[in-house]
Amino acid sequence: MRNPLSDTVVNIKPSGIRKFFDLVSEMKDAISLGVGEPDFDTPWHIRDEGIYSLEKGRTFYTSNAGLKELKVEICNYLNRRYHVDYNYQNEVLVTVGGSEGIDMAMRAMLNPGDEVLIPQPSYVSYEPCAVLAGGKPVIIELKAENEFRLTAQELRDAITDKTKLLVLPFPNNPTGAIMERADLEAIAEVIMEKDIFVLSDEIYSELSYNGEHVTIASLPGMWERTILINGFSKAYAMTGWRLGYACGPKAIIEQMTKIHQFAIMCAPTTSQYAAVEALRNGDEDVAKMREAYNQRRRFLMHSFKEMGLECFEPFGAFYVFPCIKEFGMTSEEFAERFLKEEKVAVVPGTAFGDCGEGFLRISYAYSLDNLKIALEKMKNFVERLRAEQKRG
Amino acid sequence: MREKILTYIERNSRVNLKDLAILLGTDEAMIANEIAAMEKEGVICGYHTLIDWDKTGSEKVTALIEVKVTPQRGQGFDKIAERIYNYPEVDCVYLISGGFDFMVMIEGKTMRDVAQFVSDKLSPQESVLSTATHFILKKYKDHGSVMVHQSKDERMLITP
Repeated sequence: MRNPLSDTVVNIKPSGIRKFFDLVSEMKDAISLGVGEPDFDTPWHIRDEGIYSLEKGRTFYTSNAGLKELKVEICNYLNRRYHVDYNYQNEVLVTVGGSEGIDMAMRAMLNPGDEVLIPQPSYVSYEPCAVLAGGKPVIIELKAENEFRLTAQELRDAITDKTKLLVLPFPNNPTGAIMERADLEAIAEVIMEKDIFVLSDEIYSELSYNGEHVTIASLPGMWERTILINGFSKAYAMTGWRLGYACGPKAIIEQMTKIHQFAIMCAPTTSQYAAVEALRNGDEDVAKMREAYNQRRRFLMHSFKEMGLECFEPFGAFYVFPCIKEFGMTSEEFAERFLKEEKVAVVPGTAFGDCGEGFLRISYAYSLDNLKIALEKMKNFVERLRAEQKRG
Repeated sequence: MREKILTYIERNSRVNLKDLAILLGTDEAMIANEIAAMEKEGVICGYHTLIDWDKTGSEKVTALIEVKVTPQRGQGFDKIAERIYNYPEVDCVYLISGGFDFMVMIEGKTMRDVAQFVSDKLSPQESVLSTATHFILKKYKDHGSVMVHQSKDERMLITP
């Protein structure tokens, strides 16, 4: 029998997280600091609206680009929060999570051989999606001394005449880094000069702890060359509802909508109705969750300082990215030993790119009580490792 | 900052001040001073513990009693309220809008104890016109805490 598989697909590396997932699942009572989703339930009024829509029998397809009310609210939201304007009629596409938005954008924009700049460490999907869309991923390795922000120089050095698209994932998973206005202005200059496009993954935009989040699409000259991706998963704790959106110039969104229509039809109807409620009345809930995450973030940073663990201060998302190079072992070795000896799971930085070597991703989407327990164990582990190093 | 402190300790009164300072991004001395000031001003009136007595062996019954009064000349409601709240078995006294004047919460060992209190101590009061006693049968949520079930973390252990 013939090989049924696509070579391209087979050659894509499996997620670096999978191996860990299997290890952790086998352990009973491991505390996992390895999640990528909020510990909060979707606020009740949003759930209620979703339930109500089912009771009312709203179980049919919506129009491909999404429910009109939702698109209108998305535009209001983006205007109100991030001072950027889109026309709900043809500049918004409601997608199955931010994930689908990323995939659709790449498929709509890349010609075979187009280079896609991907800053790392970053979310695991950008590289595979670029490859599947026929593009060539070009990795930009970000540095801890720049707080894992993308600098204009790094961008310039990576651009060739084949570069088509820059992926800009901020606030960032796994580093928790943000890009402030000045940082964005610096790279915008290069982007415009070189006439490339930006895929801005802003799914963590609400979880920004140092002033207001700025979207690159609001900078002069950038709107026309940016696809803005955002959604409901992290801000409203709606990961399982699978809902996000992509906004951008009509020409691009039109094509994305075309493929979306063939591949997906429309995003889940129940989720869309719930999301309308979220955008209309969810600001307070988001603010409460943001405050809770911020408190935990401060607590983590303080604990790392006490342990003498090197970690730059992250101002976004719900991750910290401490450096474990002092212990002379790889991220995987550290994470595995930590799991076996203290039953705490963290994700090795290498799962997010080779330059994540020597770092760990620790999530603070957990109650403070759980975090305290895990940090106590981490302190013990770190002290033990240091004592070993002294002896050895 | 006061509001942030209050919002936090309203639900977590046992937090240690050093931790609270870290969480709110400020210093311990400042938090301690604010709390002391608020205690003095009567903004913070007490630190209590929320207990589900049904899960213990103790017998306890709580009643919500609506009380209609006729305020005496020169006395108004405050004096009447004082005569009611002075009783230690009275947990809460609220002046409310609507068909009745006061909402009184009483805790007793048995329904009979509570009924006894109402008939012996509450109804005979000069200004009390009528009462309506409701017994609490089940507490689903109290002071912001859901009492009926523990939430479990059902998330997948590792996600990207």
